[in-house]
Amino acid sequence: MLNFLTLIGRVVLGFVGHIGRLVIFAGTALSHCVRPPFYPRLIASQMVDIGYYSLPVVGLTAIFSGMVLALQSYTGFARFSAESAVANVVVLSMTRELGPVLAGLMVAGRIGASMAAEIGTMRVTEQIDALTTLSTNPFKYLVVPRLIAGLTMLPLLVLVADIIGVFGGFLVGVYKIGFNPGNYINSTVDFLEPLDVISGLVKAAVFGFLIALMGCYNGYYSKGGAQGVGAATTNAVVSASILILTFNYIITELFFAT
Amino acid sequence: MSAVPKIRLRDVHKAFGEKRVLNGVTLDIPAGQSVVVIGGSGTGKSVLIKSILGILLADSGAIEIDGQNVTDIPAAQRGAVNKKFGMLFQGAALFDSLPVWENVAFGLIQGEHMDRTEARERAIKTLGRVGLAPEVGELSPAELSGGMQKRVGLARAIAGDPEIVFFDEPTTGLDPIMADVINDLIVACVKDKGITTVSITHDMQSARKIGDRIAMLYEGKLIWIGDAKDVDKAANPYVDQFVHGRAEGPIKMQVRK
Ligand SMILES: Nc1ncnc2c1ncn2[C@@H]1O[C@H](COP(=O)(O)OP(=O)(O)O)[C@@H](O)[C@H]1O
Ligand SMILES: [Mg+2]
Repeated sequence: MLNFLTLIGRVVLGFVGHIGRLVIFAGTALSHCVRPPFYPRLIASQMVDIGYYSLPVVGLTAIFSGMVLALQSYTGFARFSAESAVANVVVLSMTRELGPVLAGLMVAGRIGASMAAEIGTMRVTEQIDALTTLSTNPFKYLVVPRLIAGLTMLPLLVLVADIIGVFGGFLVGVYKIGFNPGNYINSTVDFLEPLDVISGLVKAAVFGFLIALMGCYNGYYSKGGAQGVGAATTNAVVSASILILTFNYIITELFFAT
Repeated sequence: MSAVPKIRLRDVHKAFGEKRVLNGVTLDIPAGQSVVVIGGSGTGKSVLIKSILGILLADSGAIEIDGQNVTDIPAAQRGAVNKKFGMLFQGAALFDSLPVWENVAFGLIQGEHMDRTEARERAIKTLGRVGLAPEVGELSPAELSGGMQKRVGLARAIAGDPEIVFFDEPTTGLDPIMADVINDLIVACVKDKGITTVSITHDMQSARKIGDRIAMLYEGKLIWIGDAKDVDKAANPYVDQFVHGRAEGPIKMQVRK
């Protein structure tokens, strides 16, 4: 019994310690975001990596989501006054929820993992120590470019995902169900409020930051060779995905729950 | 002879949790001297060097560079101190996202904000000093053999004209001939230039070649410090056992712990 309590205590302490270290890590990284030197080359290359090279994955996810939304909402509950209802469901679901969440989860798998693996390998092969001895701050050189790129690129990706998703819904609506194209587009635009899009983009920025943060944090503190880097990679993806779903709820509540 | 030692360690302690690694290390290194720290694997040799470099923070004790206490100076001043240092890491620790020349030029470009073309010329020149052709500069570190990686690491360590260079097991993992090439390069590029050096090794041949003085780390303390030429006839039984590589003796290999 005592052993069991000790075990629980250790797990709780470990968890609290983890959170504390993460908060300090995030604070340090943010403070370096606003102090020179900056590395525009590295920021740009991270932006290309996160923004441009994620487009195919995010685009495919978005188009099929938009298509299936149209199909489901038509067969499910909108056979009467169908056109406006289907368009409405598709555009609201995409911009508010599915765009940011699906893009976030896909990018977490793609980018969070590669960040953790790269920084983790640099840690266990002493490359991060080498940066310090060459008068280069690892936070500024490694972490800040990734955070900035994550924060700025995810909203752009989500904007693209929104458009592609709505287009997917349009395809199904017009060519499969047989709606009038003009009416469908009108209904889409009529129902859309700026806040729907804006809330999605705010979510995307937060998700992008979280993905980069978890990738960098897990990589930065990885230890113990190849196995440690593997564990860091897994932790980065899992923790980023959980945080994305958690913050998705919190931000939705902040925007729409009044 | 200047009175202020280049590096001064005073009763330096460092523990990781329960595990005490450094347990009161005291050592003065005058400018221009080459000190070799010997000791078994896992005795804390790398931890000692990383504490001097500020990569790890010592728990207690003082570390002075040129008379300045650097034990817990703020990060902003750390950069200025680190400009005096060059370091060759155990696995070379080359940045594999950058070509060889940019590895060598890294400290010049990032630390000293040198123009890229100028830094590149300096890098090629430094590669020449460690016996590597300019073409090597275009390769990626992953394309190099272990010995070449060590040479590039050496070039990176000396490219910024440091006052102190640290070597962490410079010959470990190399064949005996390549090991001797590295030893000769260390002597030619660093020791003979009057640069202060601290090296770690358990390769006694390397220690004799690059060291003016040898210190032995055992159970967190320097248990013997003396001239390199005296190490073979040291009266200390620990040193004697280590230098002659005997399994029998006062040092018991810690199989567990
Ligand atoms: N960052 C660290 N965290 C925890 N333990 C460490 C760390 N660095 C080194 N150690 C421990 O300190 C001891 C000495 O390590 P090290 O200095 O690398 O030995 P060596 O003399 O072979 O270079 C080892 O037992 C190692 O496990
Ligand atoms: Mg070591």
